[in-house]
Amino acid sequence: MISANGLTKRYGDFTAVDGIDFEVARGESFGILGPNGAGKSTTMRMIAATLLRTSGDLTILGKDPSREGPAIRAHLGVVPQQDNNDAELTVRENLYVYGRYFGLPRSYLKPRIEELLAFAQLEDKRDTKIDALSGGMKRRLTIARGLINDPEILMLDEPTTGLDPQARHILWDRLFRLKEDGATLVVTTHHMDEAEQLCDRLVVMDRGHVVAEGTPASLIREYASKEVVEVRFGSDRNAEIAPLIADIGERAEILPDRILIYTEAGEESLQAIVARGFSPVTSLVRRSSLEDVFLRLTGRTLEDE
Amino acid sequence: MSLVTRAPAHSPEVDSRAARRGALYVAEYRLRSMWKWRRSIITDGLGNPILYLTSIGLGVGSLVNANLGPTGIDGVPYLVFLAPALITAAAMQGVMNEIMFPTLAGFLWDKGFFAMRATPISGGQIADGLLLAASARIVFTSVVYWLVLLAFGAVGWSSALTLIPVAILAGISWGAAMLAATANVKDDSGFISLVMRIVIMPMFLFSGTFYPLSTLPIAVQWIGWISPLWHATELGRWLSYGMAMPPWQVAISLAYLIALGVLGLILARRRFERRLTS
Repeated sequence: MISANGLTKRYGDFTAVDGIDFEVARGESFGILGPNGAGKSTTMRMIAATLLRTSGDLTILGKDPSREGPAIRAHLGVVPQQDNNDAELTVRENLYVYGRYFGLPRSYLKPRIEELLAFAQLEDKRDTKIDALSGGMKRRLTIARGLINDPEILMLDEPTTGLDPQARHILWDRLFRLKEDGATLVVTTHHMDEAEQLCDRLVVMDRGHVVAEGTPASLIREYASKEVVEVRFGSDRNAEIAPLIADIGERAEILPDRILIYTEAGEESLQAIVARGFSPVTSLVRRSSLEDVFLRLTGRTLEDE
Repeated sequence: MSLVTRAPAHSPEVDSRAARRGALYVAEYRLRSMWKWRRSIITDGLGNPILYLTSIGLGVGSLVNANLGPTGIDGVPYLVFLAPALITAAAMQGVMNEIMFPTLAGFLWDKGFFAMRATPISGGQIADGLLLAASARIVFTSVVYWLVLLAFGAVGWSSALTLIPVAILAGISWGAAMLAATANVKDDSGFISLVMRIVIMPMFLFSGTFYPLSTLPIAVQWIGWISPLWHATELGRWLSYGMAMPPWQVAISLAYLIALGVLGLILARRRFERRLTS
């Protein structure tokens, strides 16, 4: 469905996306994980044929976006990072108007809108103006809008950023259903839990480069240990104690607020720390996540700017 | 939950229709938005001419006519002299609402243009669609204004086919120019009031609207010469009551209005597309 080879976008001297390669197959849920400024949104806009690439090859649905932009966009659903529904129109009108932009006839749009209202759980809000919707509802509407043309690829840029936990879970449930229906999804996120929930396969981006690629599980296997022990000794003492316990696991990361010990057996490692006479203020044993993969690959956390 | 309505979304006919008719779909959307403002559009369309014609046309007019006799300025009653300027000014002011607000909203406030540009529609088609829908407002404003002028006895029936088209031409041309200007606005704080203060007000006051441009000191007459309102007003006066106007001046005024519109739309299309794809 999508194939990128040496895909590059430069703005003057600044290279936002620096020669990345990836493929997305039909029915796959593909993620682009990275911190803000990694080049995720720029990559998304190039795929969406709303931003021309500087160099490299890019094929979407078998077409070149530089030459066949409208024909590609006709079969994409785009959910931008920032909801941009029309504030003067109602929920139903937003869907209708957007469907018209694709040249879709009324006879198709009427039943399609009913389905999408049900899908987005917005049936009660059909005649409500956008301003009166909650953040989660607006987001669901934007996703429903992205589905109006029955797209071959649905592109979601940071789909749940800024939503409260409950709204996120509702949204993930909706997206998971789409995935089960066989939709092809491309998702960017800087939340590792979101990537783990939604993505079959992902690339990790940092500063315009792809630094790793694989399934969430394979990336964790490759770049992190099975478990992690997080211990805190207070900001002043973390750096001081870290060298004294770093050898307990396979690897250690020292963050300003905590020490991470990567290990195959978390509980045992924690006991080993205590046995050496160190008693952390707080401690946590957990499974490794994509956050740890990212930390390993870039030396920074995903939330870092 | 199942999404089953599938068939027409993927036909090639739908694709090529979308690519061809993008501007119409944008205009359809804009008309739908404007419909929500129909009360204020109608109030404005009727109230504006009634207030101006009563206060200035009749009020100031009675003074002018009392001083200069019934053949006030240019050998016609003041109201007749004023009418072409007012209808043109109304068309030009009316179009601003349908150009500046949606353009600022589309690029800055709710960023709706970026959503449109994610469909097969191009930036140029968005610009076209906006101007097309704004033209509907211009037609409405001009026709209503003309009807009120008729009721006040400021124009005759025969002017329907001349004065209304001139007002519409001026409105569309000005709308295209404003579309190009607004498409460049990055920070909207005060843009609209700035335009009103340093463009619209001086233009309204110094375009020979209320008295012939030639009565102004030569030092400020240039404002009239570059003002589309003045060119349109001159054409309107020539057409409605036969004001003396040499053919070369008719040609220049007409060419000026057409050129402003064409250039404005070309620049706007280019600016829209560039801004939505960078």
